[in-house]
Amino acid sequence: MTATLETSAENTATAAVTLSGVRKVFGHGPSSVLALDGVDLRVAPGEFVCLLGASGCGKSTLLNVVAGLDAPTSGDIALTTTRPAVMFQEAALMPWLTAVRNVELPLRLAGHKRSSRRAKANELLDLVRLGDAGGKRPHELSGGMRQRVALARALASTLGSAEDGTPGLLLMDEPFAALDAITRDVLQAELLRVWRETDTAILFVTHDVREAVRLGQRVVLLSSRPGRVVREWSVDGLTGEDEVATIEDVTARLREVISGHAAA
Amino acid sequence: MPQPDEAVLETDRTGDLAAVGAGLDALDAPPQQQRTPLWQRFVSTALPPLVAFALLIGVWQALWASAIWPEFQLPAPGDVWAKVTETVASGDAAEILWTSVSRAVLGFLAAVVIATPLGLLVAKVRVVRAAIGSLLTGLQSLPSVAWVPAAILWFGLTPSAIYFVVLMGSVPSIANGLVSGIDQIPPLLPRVGQALGAGKLQAARHVLLPAALPGYLAGLKQGWAFSWRSLMAAEIIATSPQLGLGLGQFLHNGQSLNDISMVIAAIFLILLVGIGIELLLFRPLERAVLRARGLTGAL
Repeated sequence: MTATLETSAENTATAAVTLSGVRKVFGHGPSSVLALDGVDLRVAPGEFVCLLGASGCGKSTLLNVVAGLDAPTSGDIALTTTRPAVMFQEAALMPWLTAVRNVELPLRLAGHKRSSRRAKANELLDLVRLGDAGGKRPHELSGGMRQRVALARALASTLGSAEDGTPGLLLMDEPFAALDAITRDVLQAELLRVWRETDTAILFVTHDVREAVRLGQRVVLLSSRPGRVVREWSVDGLTGEDEVATIEDVTARLREVISGHAAA
Repeated sequence: MPQPDEAVLETDRTGDLAAVGAGLDALDAPPQQQRTPLWQRFVSTALPPLVAFALLIGVWQALWASAIWPEFQLPAPGDVWAKVTETVASGDAAEILWTSVSRAVLGFLAAVVIATPLGLLVAKVRVVRAAIGSLLTGLQSLPSVAWVPAAILWFGLTPSAIYFVVLMGSVPSIANGLVSGIDQIPPLLPRVGQALGAGKLQAARHVLLPAALPGYLAGLKQGWAFSWRSLMAAEIIATSPQLGLGLGQFLHNGQSLNDISMVIAAIFLILLVGIGIELLLFRPLERAVLRARGLTGAL
Protein backbone atom coordinates (compact mmCIF):
# COMPACT_ATOMS: atom_id res chain seq x y z
CA MET A 1 0.00 0.00 0.00
CA THR A 2 2.74 2.41 0.93
CA ALA A 3 4.54 1.47 -2.28
CA THR A 4 1.52 2.48 -4.33
CA LEU A 5 1.27 5.84 -2.67
CA GLU A 6 4.96 6.54 -3.19
CA THR A 7 4.86 5.68 -6.88
CA SER A 8 1.85 7.88 -7.38
CA ALA A 9 3.70 10.68 -5.66
CA GLU A 10 6.77 10.12 -7.84
CA ASN A 11 4.77 9.99 -11.03
CA THR A 12 3.11 13.36 -10.66
CA ALA A 13 4.76 14.43 -13.89
CA THR A 14 3.00 11.68 -15.81
CA ALA A 15 -0.71 10.94 -15.70
CA ALA A 16 -2.82 7.85 -16.25
CA VAL A 17 -5.32 9.99 -18.06
CA THR A 18 -5.46 13.69 -18.83
CA LEU A 19 -8.62 15.42 -19.98
CA SER A 20 -8.25 18.90 -21.37
CA GLY A 21 -11.21 21.02 -22.36
CA VAL A 22 -13.50 18.07 -22.96
CA ARG A 23 -16.88 19.15 -24.32
CA LYS A 24 -19.76 16.89 -25.19
CA VAL A 25 -22.94 17.99 -26.92
CA PHE A 26 -25.81 15.60 -27.55
CA GLY A 27 -28.04 16.29 -30.52
CA HIS A 28 -27.96 19.18 -32.97
CA GLY A 29 -29.54 22.59 -33.32
CA PRO A 30 -31.81 24.17 -30.72
CA SER A 31 -32.69 20.87 -29.03
CA SER A 32 -29.07 19.96 -28.39
CA VAL A 33 -27.92 19.40 -24.83
CA LEU A 34 -24.54 20.48 -23.55
CA ALA A 35 -23.52 17.69 -21.22
CA LEU A 36 -19.88 18.53 -20.55
CA ASP A 37 -18.39 21.99 -20.87
CA GLY A 38 -14.62 22.21 -20.84
CA VAL A 39 -13.73 19.58 -18.28
CA ASP A 40 -10.06 19.46 -17.28
CA LEU A 41 -9.02 16.53 -15.15
CA ARG A 42 -5.84 14.62 -14.45
CA VAL A 43 -5.62 11.21 -12.84
CA ALA A 44 -2.14 10.08 -11.80
CA PRO A 45 -1.13 6.44 -12.27
CA GLY A 46 -2.42 4.43 -9.34
CA GLU A 47 -4.51 7.32 -8.07
CA PHE A 48 -8.07 6.92 -6.78
CA VAL A 49 -10.23 9.85 -7.88
CA CYS A 50 -13.93 10.18 -7.07
CA LEU A 51 -16.14 12.20 -9.38
CA LEU A 52 -19.03 13.61 -7.42
CA GLY A 53 -22.12 15.34 -8.66
CA ALA A 54 -25.89 15.47 -8.64
CA SER A 55 -27.85 13.69 -11.33
CA GLY A 56 -27.54 15.20 -14.77
CA CYS A 57 -24.01 16.45 -14.18
CA GLY A 58 -22.64 14.33 -16.98
CA LYS A 59 -20.65 12.00 -14.73
CA SER A 60 -21.56 8.98 -16.75
CA THR A 61 -21.01 10.86 -20.00
CA LEU A 62 -17.53 11.77 -18.83
CA LEU A 63 -16.80 8.15 -17.99
CA ASN A 64 -18.09 6.95 -21.36
CA VAL A 65 -15.91 9.49 -23.11
CA VAL A 66 -12.81 8.35 -21.21
CA ALA A 67 -13.71 4.73 -21.90
CA GLY A 68 -13.92 5.47 -25.60
CA LEU A 69 -17.58 4.41 -25.74
CA ASP A 70 -18.52 7.96 -26.79
CA ALA A 71 -16.43 10.50 -28.69
CA PRO A 72 -16.09 14.00 -27.18
CA THR A 73 -17.45 16.86 -29.28
CA SER A 74 -14.19 18.71 -28.69
CA GLY A 75 -11.24 18.52 -26.33
CA ASP A 76 -8.51 16.01 -25.74
CA ILE A 77 -8.18 12.79 -23.81
CA ALA A 78 -4.66 11.45 -23.34
CA LEU A 79 -4.33 7.95 -21.94
CA THR A 80 -1.00 6.49 -20.88
CA THR A 81 -2.58 3.31 -19.56
CA THR A 82 -3.81 0.12 -21.13
CA ARG A 83 -7.41 -0.01 -22.34
CA PRO A 84 -9.54 1.49 -19.57
CA ALA A 85 -11.95 -0.97 -18.01
CA VAL A 86 -15.51 0.02 -17.19
CA MET A 87 -17.76 -1.17 -14.41
CA PHE A 88 -21.43 -0.20 -14.46
CA GLN A 89 -24.12 0.08 -11.82
CA GLU A 90 -25.35 -3.31 -12.91
CA ALA A 91 -22.88 -6.17 -13.01
CA ALA A 92 -24.00 -6.90 -16.61
CA LEU A 93 -22.39 -10.33 -16.58
CA MET A 94 -23.07 -12.45 -19.63
CA PRO A 95 -25.84 -14.72 -18.30
CA TRP A 96 -24.78 -17.66 -20.47
CA LEU A 97 -21.22 -17.76 -19.13
CA THR A 98 -19.98 -19.02 -15.77
CA ALA A 99 -18.24 -16.55 -13.47
CA VAL A 100 -14.76 -17.62 -14.53
CA ARG A 101 -15.65 -17.50 -18.21
CA ASN A 102 -17.06 -14.02 -17.73
CA VAL A 103 -13.71 -12.94 -16.30
CA GLU A 104 -11.97 -14.70 -19.18
CA LEU A 105 -14.03 -12.90 -21.81
CA PRO A 106 -11.85 -9.76 -22.17
CA LEU A 107 -8.73 -11.95 -22.31
CA ARG A 108 -10.38 -14.08 -24.95
CA LEU A 109 -11.26 -10.99 -26.95
CA ALA A 110 -7.63 -9.88 -26.66
CA GLY A 111 -6.57 -13.23 -28.13
CA HIS A 112 -4.94 -14.86 -25.10
CA LYS A 113 -4.32 -18.60 -25.02
CA ARG A 114 -6.91 -20.72 -23.23
CA SER A 115 -4.63 -21.99 -20.45
CA SER A 116 -3.08 -18.62 -19.62
CA ARG A 117 -6.39 -16.83 -19.57
CA ARG A 118 -7.98 -19.48 -17.34
CA ALA A 119 -5.08 -19.12 -14.88
CA LYS A 120 -5.32 -15.31 -14.97
CA ALA A 121 -9.09 -15.39 -14.50
CA ASN A 122 -8.82 -17.71 -11.51
CA GLU A 123 -6.17 -15.45 -10.02
CA LEU A 124 -8.46 -12.43 -10.35
CA LEU A 125 -11.41 -14.33 -8.89
CA ASP A 126 -9.20 -15.22 -5.94
CA LEU A 127 -8.38 -11.53 -5.60
CA VAL A 128 -12.07 -10.68 -5.15
CA ARG A 129 -12.48 -13.71 -2.87
CA LEU A 130 -14.59 -15.69 -5.31
CA GLY A 131 -12.09 -18.44 -6.05
CA ASP A 132 -14.67 -21.12 -5.22
CA ALA A 133 -17.51 -19.61 -7.22
CA GLY A 134 -15.81 -19.72 -10.63
CA GLY A 135 -18.08 -22.47 -11.94
CA LYS A 136 -21.30 -20.72 -10.96
CA ARG A 137 -23.60 -18.89 -13.35
CA PRO A 138 -24.53 -15.26 -12.68
CA HIS A 139 -28.06 -16.18 -11.60
CA GLU A 140 -26.63 -18.40 -8.88
CA LEU A 141 -24.72 -15.49 -7.32
CA SER A 142 -25.89 -12.69 -5.02
CA GLY A 143 -25.83 -9.06 -6.15
CA GLY A 144 -22.60 -8.36 -4.28
CA MET A 145 -20.90 -11.45 -5.69
CA ARG A 146 -21.96 -10.50 -9.22
CA GLN A 147 -20.51 -7.04 -8.76
CA ARG A 148 -17.23 -8.62 -7.58
CA VAL A 149 -17.15 -10.86 -10.65
CA ALA A 150 -17.72 -7.69 -12.70
CA LEU A 151 -14.77 -6.11 -10.87
CA ALA A 152 -12.58 -9.09 -11.66
CA ARG A 153 -13.70 -8.93 -15.29
CA ALA A 154 -12.95 -5.20 -15.46
CA LEU A 155 -9.50 -5.84 -13.98
CA ALA A 156 -8.92 -8.59 -16.53
CA SER A 157 -9.72 -6.20 -19.33
CA THR A 158 -7.39 -3.48 -18.11
CA LEU A 159 -4.60 -5.69 -16.74
CA GLY A 160 -4.84 -8.39 -19.38
CA SER A 161 -2.56 -6.54 -21.72
CA ALA A 162 -0.35 -5.18 -18.94
CA GLU A 163 2.44 -7.76 -19.21
CA ASP A 164 4.72 -4.88 -20.16
CA GLY A 165 3.95 -3.15 -16.88
CA THR A 166 1.67 -0.43 -18.26
CA PRO A 167 -0.59 0.64 -15.42
CA GLY A 168 -4.31 0.01 -15.68
CA LEU A 169 -7.22 2.39 -15.42
CA LEU A 170 -10.55 1.39 -13.94
CA LEU A 171 -13.64 3.48 -14.62
CA MET A 172 -16.52 2.84 -12.25
CA ASP A 173 -20.02 4.23 -12.78
CA GLU A 174 -21.82 4.11 -9.42
CA PRO A 175 -20.98 0.43 -9.13
CA PHE A 176 -22.41 -0.01 -5.64
CA ALA A 177 -25.50 2.16 -5.93
CA ALA A 178 -27.86 -0.77 -6.40
CA LEU A 179 -26.59 -2.74 -3.40
CA ASP A 180 -27.83 -2.81 0.18
CA ALA A 181 -25.91 -0.85 2.83
CA ILE A 182 -23.96 -3.73 4.38
CA THR A 183 -22.94 -5.22 1.06
CA ARG A 184 -21.91 -1.77 -0.15
CA ASP A 185 -19.78 -1.27 2.95
CA VAL A 186 -18.03 -4.61 2.43
CA LEU A 187 -17.50 -3.98 -1.26
CA GLN A 188 -16.04 -0.52 -0.65
CA ALA A 189 -13.44 -2.10 1.62
CA GLU A 190 -12.82 -4.86 -0.93
CA LEU A 191 -12.34 -2.28 -3.65
CA LEU A 192 -9.77 -0.40 -1.57
CA ARG A 193 -7.93 -3.66 -0.91
CA VAL A 194 -7.96 -4.63 -4.58
CA TRP A 195 -6.85 -1.14 -5.59
CA ARG A 196 -3.87 -1.33 -3.25
CA GLU A 197 -2.92 -4.78 -4.51
CA THR A 198 -3.19 -4.02 -8.22
CA ASP A 199 -1.69 -0.54 -8.65
CA THR A 200 -4.59 0.48 -10.88
CA ALA A 201 -5.75 4.05 -11.24
CA ILE A 202 -9.47 4.39 -10.50
CA LEU A 203 -11.93 7.03 -11.63
CA PHE A 204 -15.02 6.42 -9.53
CA VAL A 205 -18.32 8.15 -10.22
CA THR A 206 -20.80 8.50 -7.37
CA HIS A 207 -23.46 10.81 -5.99
CA ASP A 208 -22.75 9.71 -2.41
CA VAL A 209 -20.47 12.18 -0.62
CA ARG A 210 -19.63 9.78 2.19
CA GLU A 211 -18.62 7.09 -0.30
CA ALA A 212 -16.51 9.55 -2.29
CA VAL A 213 -14.62 10.78 0.78
CA ARG A 214 -14.13 7.30 2.17
CA LEU A 215 -12.78 5.78 -1.03
CA GLY A 216 -10.98 8.50 -2.91
CA GLN A 217 -7.64 10.19 -2.52
CA ARG A 218 -9.15 13.14 -4.32
CA VAL A 219 -12.78 14.18 -4.71
CA VAL A 220 -13.78 16.22 -7.75
CA LEU A 221 -17.12 17.98 -7.70
CA LEU A 222 -18.90 18.48 -11.03
CA SER A 223 -21.65 21.01 -11.63
CA SER A 224 -24.85 19.98 -13.40
CA ARG A 225 -26.03 20.86 -16.90
CA PRO A 226 -23.45 21.48 -18.21
CA GLY A 227 -20.87 19.50 -16.29
CA ARG A 228 -17.86 21.50 -15.21
CA VAL A 229 -15.28 20.90 -12.51
CA VAL A 230 -16.37 23.06 -9.56
CA ARG A 231 -13.89 22.16 -6.87
CA GLU A 232 -11.47 19.51 -5.73
CA TRP A 233 -10.65 18.20 -2.28
CA SER A 234 -7.69 16.11 -1.29
CA VAL A 235 -9.18 13.51 1.03
CA ASP A 236 -6.35 11.01 1.24
CA GLY A 237 -5.94 9.41 4.66
CA LEU A 238 -8.57 11.54 6.38
CA THR A 239 -9.89 10.04 9.60
CA GLY A 240 -12.18 10.97 12.45
CA GLU A 241 -13.12 14.63 12.75
CA ASP A 242 -11.23 15.70 9.63
CA GLU A 243 -13.22 13.23 7.59
CA VAL A 244 -16.51 14.40 9.08
CA ALA A 245 -15.63 18.04 8.46
CA THR A 246 -14.70 17.33 4.85
CA ILE A 247 -17.90 15.40 4.26
CA GLU A 248 -19.87 18.38 5.60
CA ASP A 249 -17.90 20.79 3.46
CA VAL A 250 -18.37 18.75 0.29
CA THR A 251 -22.05 18.22 1.03
CA ALA A 252 -22.55 21.94 1.52
CA ARG A 253 -20.94 22.71 -1.84
CA LEU A 254 -22.98 19.98 -3.52
CA ARG A 255 -26.17 21.48 -2.07
CA GLU A 256 -25.16 24.89 -3.37
CA VAL A 257 -24.62 23.45 -6.84
CA ILE A 258 -28.00 21.76 -6.78
CA SER A 259 -29.97 24.68 -5.37
CA GLY A 260 -28.36 26.92 -8.00
CA HIS A 261 -30.59 25.09 -10.47
CA ALA A 262 -33.83 25.93 -8.66
CA ALA A 263 -33.46 29.62 -9.53
CA ALA A 264 -32.54 29.03 -13.14
CA MET B 1 2.12 5.90 6.09
CA PRO B 2 0.48 3.44 8.50
CA GLN B 3 2.01 2.86 11.93
CA PRO B 4 2.67 -0.76 12.94
CA ASP B 5 -0.32 -0.90 15.28
CA GLU B 6 -2.48 0.62 12.60
CA ALA B 7 -1.34 -2.09 10.24
CA VAL B 8 -2.42 -4.70 12.78
CA LEU B 9 -5.75 -2.95 13.11
CA GLU B 10 -6.06 -2.90 9.34
CA THR B 11 -5.49 -6.64 9.01
CA ASP B 12 -7.95 -7.23 11.85
CA ARG B 13 -10.48 -5.15 10.02
CA THR B 14 -9.85 -6.90 6.71
CA GLY B 15 -10.17 -10.24 8.51
CA ASP B 16 -13.49 -9.09 9.93
CA LEU B 17 -14.61 -7.84 6.56
CA ALA B 18 -13.67 -11.10 4.91
CA ALA B 19 -15.86 -12.88 7.46
CA VAL B 20 -18.74 -10.46 6.94
CA GLY B 21 -18.32 -10.76 3.19
CA ALA B 22 -18.31 -14.54 3.34
CA GLY B 23 -21.43 -14.41 5.53
CA LEU B 24 -23.18 -12.13 3.06
CA ASP B 25 -22.24 -14.43 0.20
CA ALA B 26 -23.69 -17.39 2.04
CA LEU B 27 -26.87 -15.54 3.00
CA ASP B 28 -27.54 -13.67 -0.23
CA ALA B 29 -26.70 -16.31 -2.80
CA PRO B 30 -29.95 -17.64 -4.26
CA PRO B 31 -30.76 -21.10 -2.93
CA GLN B 32 -29.82 -23.97 -5.20
CA GLN B 33 -32.79 -25.72 -6.71
CA GLN B 34 -33.22 -29.33 -5.74
CA ARG B 35 -33.51 -31.70 -8.65
CA THR B 36 -36.73 -33.63 -8.38
CA PRO B 37 -36.34 -37.42 -8.61
CA LEU B 38 -36.88 -39.08 -11.99
CA TRP B 39 -40.16 -40.83 -11.14
CA GLN B 40 -41.65 -37.58 -9.83
CA ARG B 41 -40.73 -35.78 -13.02
CA PHE B 42 -42.24 -38.65 -15.00
CA VAL B 43 -45.47 -38.40 -13.00
CA SER B 44 -45.69 -34.63 -13.43
CA THR B 45 -44.66 -34.32 -17.09
CA ALA B 46 -45.24 -37.57 -18.97
CA LEU B 47 -48.35 -38.87 -17.22
CA PRO B 48 -50.83 -36.03 -17.97
CA PRO B 49 -50.41 -36.16 -21.77
CA LEU B 50 -50.62 -39.96 -21.71
CA VAL B 51 -53.85 -39.82 -19.72
CA ALA B 52 -55.23 -37.17 -22.08
CA PHE B 53 -54.34 -39.36 -25.06
CA ALA B 54 -56.01 -42.38 -23.50
CA LEU B 55 -59.16 -40.32 -22.82
CA LEU B 56 -59.19 -39.13 -26.43
CA ILE B 57 -58.97 -42.72 -27.69
CA GLY B 58 -61.75 -43.66 -25.26
CA VAL B 59 -64.10 -40.93 -26.55
CA TRP B 60 -63.26 -41.89 -30.12
CA GLN B 61 -64.02 -45.55 -29.42
CA ALA B 62 -67.32 -44.60 -27.76
CA LEU B 63 -68.32 -42.38 -30.68
CA TRP B 64 -67.49 -45.17 -33.12
CA ALA B 65 -69.44 -47.69 -31.06
CA SER B 66 -72.50 -45.42 -31.02
CA ALA B 67 -72.44 -45.59 -34.85
CA ILE B 68 -73.62 -42.02 -35.42
CA TRP B 69 -71.38 -41.70 -38.46
CA PRO B 70 -70.85 -44.40 -41.09
CA GLU B 71 -67.71 -46.49 -40.96
CA PHE B 72 -66.11 -44.80 -44.00
CA GLN B 73 -66.19 -41.48 -42.15
CA LEU B 74 -65.25 -42.51 -38.65
CA PRO B 75 -63.09 -45.65 -38.48
CA ALA B 76 -62.50 -47.63 -35.31
CA PRO B 77 -59.30 -46.78 -33.44
CA GLY B 78 -58.35 -50.43 -33.80
CA ASP B 79 -58.64 -50.25 -37.61
CA VAL B 80 -56.38 -47.22 -37.77
CA TRP B 81 -53.89 -48.89 -35.49
CA ALA B 82 -54.01 -52.00 -37.70
CA LYS B 83 -53.28 -49.80 -40.73
CA VAL B 84 -50.32 -48.22 -38.94
CA THR B 85 -48.86 -51.55 -37.85
CA GLU B 86 -49.46 -52.95 -41.33
CA THR B 87 -47.48 -50.19 -43.05
CA VAL B 88 -44.79 -50.46 -40.40
CA ALA B 89 -44.58 -54.25 -40.79
CA SER B 90 -44.40 -54.09 -44.61
CA GLY B 91 -41.51 -51.64 -44.34
CA ASP B 92 -43.49 -48.98 -46.21
CA ALA B 93 -43.69 -46.80 -43.10
CA ALA B 94 -39.91 -46.58 -42.76
CA GLU B 95 -39.55 -45.63 -46.42
CA ILE B 96 -42.37 -43.06 -46.31
CA LEU B 97 -41.09 -41.52 -43.11
CA TRP B 98 -37.52 -41.45 -44.42
CA THR B 99 -38.56 -39.70 -47.63
CA SER B 100 -40.49 -36.99 -45.81
CA VAL B 101 -38.26 -36.53 -42.77
CA SER B 102 -35.07 -36.35 -44.85
CA ARG B 103 -36.70 -33.73 -47.07
CA ALA B 104 -37.90 -31.71 -44.09
CA VAL B 105 -34.51 -31.88 -42.36
CA LEU B 106 -32.58 -30.95 -45.50
CA GLY B 107 -34.99 -28.10 -46.22
CA PHE B 108 -34.81 -26.95 -42.61
CA LEU B 109 -31.00 -26.96 -42.59
CA ALA B 110 -30.92 -24.97 -45.83
CA ALA B 111 -33.42 -22.55 -44.29
CA VAL B 112 -31.15 -22.11 -41.24
CA VAL B 113 -28.19 -21.35 -43.49
CA ILE B 114 -30.19 -18.75 -45.42
CA ALA B 115 -32.18 -17.26 -42.55
CA THR B 116 -29.36 -16.71 -40.04
CA PRO B 117 -27.37 -14.13 -42.02
CA LEU B 118 -30.65 -12.67 -43.27
CA GLY B 119 -31.90 -12.23 -39.70
CA LEU B 120 -28.59 -10.66 -38.63
CA LEU B 121 -28.80 -8.20 -41.51
CA VAL B 122 -32.40 -7.26 -40.78
CA ALA B 123 -31.67 -6.85 -37.08
CA LYS B 124 -28.48 -4.83 -37.38
CA VAL B 125 -28.75 -2.85 -40.63
CA ARG B 126 -31.41 -0.18 -40.42
CA VAL B 127 -31.96 0.16 -44.17
CA VAL B 128 -32.44 -3.58 -44.61
CA ARG B 129 -34.93 -3.66 -41.77
CA ALA B 130 -36.89 -0.76 -43.22
CA ALA B 131 -36.83 -2.43 -46.64
CA ILE B 132 -37.75 -6.05 -45.91
CA GLY B 133 -38.55 -6.23 -42.18
CA SER B 134 -42.32 -6.08 -42.59
CA LEU B 135 -42.20 -8.24 -45.71
CA LEU B 136 -40.51 -10.94 -43.65
CA THR B 137 -43.20 -10.71 -40.97
CA GLY B 138 -45.88 -10.71 -43.65
CA LEU B 139 -44.45 -13.81 -45.31
CA GLN B 140 -44.79 -15.58 -41.99
CA SER B 141 -48.55 -15.21 -42.11
CA LEU B 142 -48.78 -16.35 -45.73
CA PRO B 143 -49.81 -20.01 -45.77
CA SER B 144 -47.03 -21.85 -47.56
CA VAL B 145 -49.59 -23.88 -49.56
CA ALA B 146 -50.03 -20.69 -51.55
CA TRP B 147 -46.52 -21.20 -52.95
CA VAL B 148 -47.23 -24.71 -54.26
CA PRO B 149 -48.87 -23.74 -57.60
CA ALA B 150 -46.12 -21.22 -58.33
CA ALA B 151 -43.41 -23.72 -57.35
CA ILE B 152 -44.88 -26.36 -59.68
CA LEU B 153 -45.04 -23.88 -62.56
CA TRP B 154 -41.46 -22.74 -61.93
CA PHE B 155 -39.74 -26.02 -61.12
CA GLY B 156 -42.17 -28.67 -62.43
CA LEU B 157 -43.01 -31.74 -60.38
CA THR B 158 -39.48 -32.03 -59.00
CA PRO B 159 -37.95 -32.13 -55.52
CA SER B 160 -36.84 -28.52 -56.15
CA ALA B 161 -40.47 -27.41 -56.09
CA ILE B 162 -40.98 -29.12 -52.73
CA TYR B 163 -37.79 -27.65 -51.26
CA PHE B 164 -38.80 -24.20 -52.49
CA VAL B 165 -42.09 -24.42 -50.60
CA VAL B 166 -40.32 -25.65 -47.47
CA LEU B 167 -37.84 -22.75 -47.62
CA MET B 168 -40.56 -20.16 -48.14
CA GLY B 169 -42.30 -21.60 -45.10
CA SER B 170 -39.42 -21.74 -42.67
CA VAL B 171 -36.95 -18.98 -43.62
CA PRO B 172 -39.20 -16.11 -42.41
CA SER B 173 -39.84 -17.82 -39.07
CA ILE B 174 -36.17 -18.44 -38.35
CA ALA B 175 -35.09 -14.99 -39.48
CA ASN B 176 -37.85 -13.33 -37.45
CA GLY B 177 -36.92 -15.37 -34.39
CA LEU B 178 -33.32 -14.19 -34.66
CA VAL B 179 -34.44 -10.58 -35.17
CA SER B 180 -36.66 -10.60 -32.08
CA GLY B 181 -33.93 -12.40 -30.15
CA ILE B 182 -31.48 -9.62 -30.99
CA ASP B 183 -34.06 -6.90 -30.32
CA GLN B 184 -34.58 -8.24 -26.82
CA ILE B 185 -30.93 -8.15 -25.78
CA PRO B 186 -30.49 -5.76 -22.84
CA PRO B 187 -28.68 -2.74 -24.37
CA LEU B 188 -26.06 -2.86 -21.61
CA LEU B 189 -24.59 -6.16 -22.83
CA PRO B 190 -23.33 -4.96 -26.24
CA ARG B 191 -21.99 -1.89 -24.46
CA VAL B 192 -20.10 -4.08 -22.02
CA GLY B 193 -18.76 -6.08 -24.95
CA GLN B 194 -17.51 -2.87 -26.52
CA ALA B 195 -15.98 -1.74 -23.23
CA LEU B 196 -14.18 -5.08 -22.94
CA GLY B 197 -12.62 -4.51 -26.32
CA ALA B 198 -14.79 -6.50 -28.71
CA GLY B 199 -14.64 -5.53 -32.39
CA LYS B 200 -17.72 -5.75 -34.61
CA LEU B 201 -17.28 -9.41 -35.57
CA GLN B 202 -16.18 -10.40 -32.08
CA ALA B 203 -19.21 -8.64 -30.61
CA ALA B 204 -21.47 -10.66 -32.92
CA ARG B 205 -19.74 -13.92 -32.03
CA HIS B 206 -19.26 -13.43 -28.27
CA VAL B 207 -22.14 -11.17 -27.26
CA LEU B 208 -24.88 -10.75 -29.85
CA LEU B 209 -25.42 -14.35 -30.95
CA PRO B 210 -25.22 -15.98 -27.51
CA ALA B 211 -27.44 -13.25 -26.03
CA ALA B 212 -29.99 -13.77 -28.81
CA LEU B 213 -29.86 -17.56 -28.51
CA PRO B 214 -33.19 -18.04 -26.66
CA GLY B 215 -35.08 -16.04 -29.28
CA TYR B 216 -33.14 -17.73 -32.06
CA LEU B 217 -34.00 -21.16 -30.66
CA ALA B 218 -37.67 -20.21 -30.50
CA GLY B 219 -37.38 -19.16 -34.13
CA LEU B 220 -35.70 -22.45 -35.04
CA LYS B 221 -38.45 -24.38 -33.31
CA GLN B 222 -41.13 -22.49 -35.17
CA GLY B 223 -39.08 -22.76 -38.37
CA TRP B 224 -39.03 -26.52 -38.01
CA ALA B 225 -42.79 -26.63 -37.47
CA PHE B 226 -43.30 -24.46 -40.55
CA SER B 227 -40.96 -26.50 -42.72
CA TRP B 228 -42.73 -29.70 -41.66
CA ARG B 229 -46.20 -28.41 -42.42
CA SER B 230 -45.05 -26.73 -45.64
CA LEU B 231 -43.58 -30.04 -46.71
CA MET B 232 -46.86 -31.81 -46.02
CA ALA B 233 -48.78 -29.18 -48.00
CA ALA B 234 -46.36 -29.54 -50.91
CA GLU B 235 -46.43 -33.33 -50.84
CA ILE B 236 -50.22 -33.52 -50.74
CA ILE B 237 -50.63 -31.27 -53.75
CA ALA B 238 -47.54 -32.13 -55.78
CA THR B 239 -47.92 -35.85 -56.16
CA SER B 240 -46.07 -37.65 -58.91
CA PRO B 241 -44.35 -41.04 -59.16
CA GLN B 242 -40.93 -39.46 -59.71
CA LEU B 243 -41.25 -37.61 -56.40
CA GLY B 244 -41.27 -40.82 -54.39
CA LEU B 245 -43.77 -41.71 -51.69
CA GLY B 246 -43.74 -39.31 -48.76
CA LEU B 247 -46.21 -38.87 -45.93
CA GLY B 248 -48.16 -36.27 -47.89
CA GLN B 249 -48.58 -38.57 -50.87
CA PHE B 250 -49.53 -41.38 -48.52
CA LEU B 251 -52.27 -39.14 -47.14
CA HIS B 252 -53.32 -38.17 -50.63
CA ASN B 253 -53.48 -41.84 -51.69
CA GLY B 254 -55.69 -42.52 -48.68
CA GLN B 255 -58.12 -39.91 -49.92
CA SER B 256 -58.04 -41.32 -53.49
CA LEU B 257 -58.69 -44.83 -52.21
CA ASN B 258 -61.53 -43.62 -49.97
CA ASP B 259 -59.67 -45.31 -47.13
CA ILE B 260 -60.36 -43.26 -44.00
CA SER B 261 -58.20 -45.54 -41.84
CA MET B 262 -55.26 -44.80 -44.08
CA VAL B 263 -55.97 -41.04 -43.93
CA ILE B 264 -56.14 -41.03 -40.15
CA ALA B 265 -53.05 -43.25 -39.95
CA ALA B 266 -51.17 -40.75 -42.15
CA ILE B 267 -52.29 -37.85 -39.96
CA PHE B 268 -51.18 -39.85 -36.93
CA LEU B 269 -47.73 -40.40 -38.45
CA ILE B 270 -47.39 -36.71 -39.40
CA LEU B 271 -48.25 -35.69 -35.84
CA LEU B 272 -45.89 -38.32 -34.47
CA VAL B 273 -42.93 -36.91 -36.38
CA GLY B 274 -43.78 -33.33 -35.42
CA ILE B 275 -44.15 -34.12 -31.73
CA GLY B 276 -41.17 -36.48 -31.76
CA ILE B 277 -38.74 -33.88 -33.13
CA GLU B 278 -40.10 -31.29 -30.72
CA LEU B 279 -39.73 -33.57 -27.71
CA LEU B 280 -36.43 -35.21 -28.63
CA LEU B 281 -34.59 -32.23 -30.09
CA PHE B 282 -36.00 -28.78 -29.42
CA ARG B 283 -37.46 -29.22 -25.94
CA PRO B 284 -34.22 -30.50 -24.34
CA LEU B 285 -32.14 -27.92 -26.23
CA GLU B 286 -34.36 -25.04 -25.15
CA ARG B 287 -34.51 -26.34 -21.62
CA ALA B 288 -30.71 -26.57 -21.37
CA VAL B 289 -30.23 -23.05 -22.75
CA LEU B 290 -32.85 -21.46 -20.50
CA ARG B 291 -31.78 -23.39 -17.42
CA ALA B 292 -28.16 -22.27 -17.86
CA ARG B 293 -29.38 -18.67 -17.74
CA GLY B 294 -31.58 -19.19 -14.71
CA LEU B 295 -34.79 -18.81 -16.73
CA THR B 296 -36.54 -21.82 -15.25
CA GLY B 297 -39.94 -20.23 -14.79
CA ALA B 298 -41.29 -21.38 -18.14
CA LEU B 299 -40.22 -25.01 -17.69
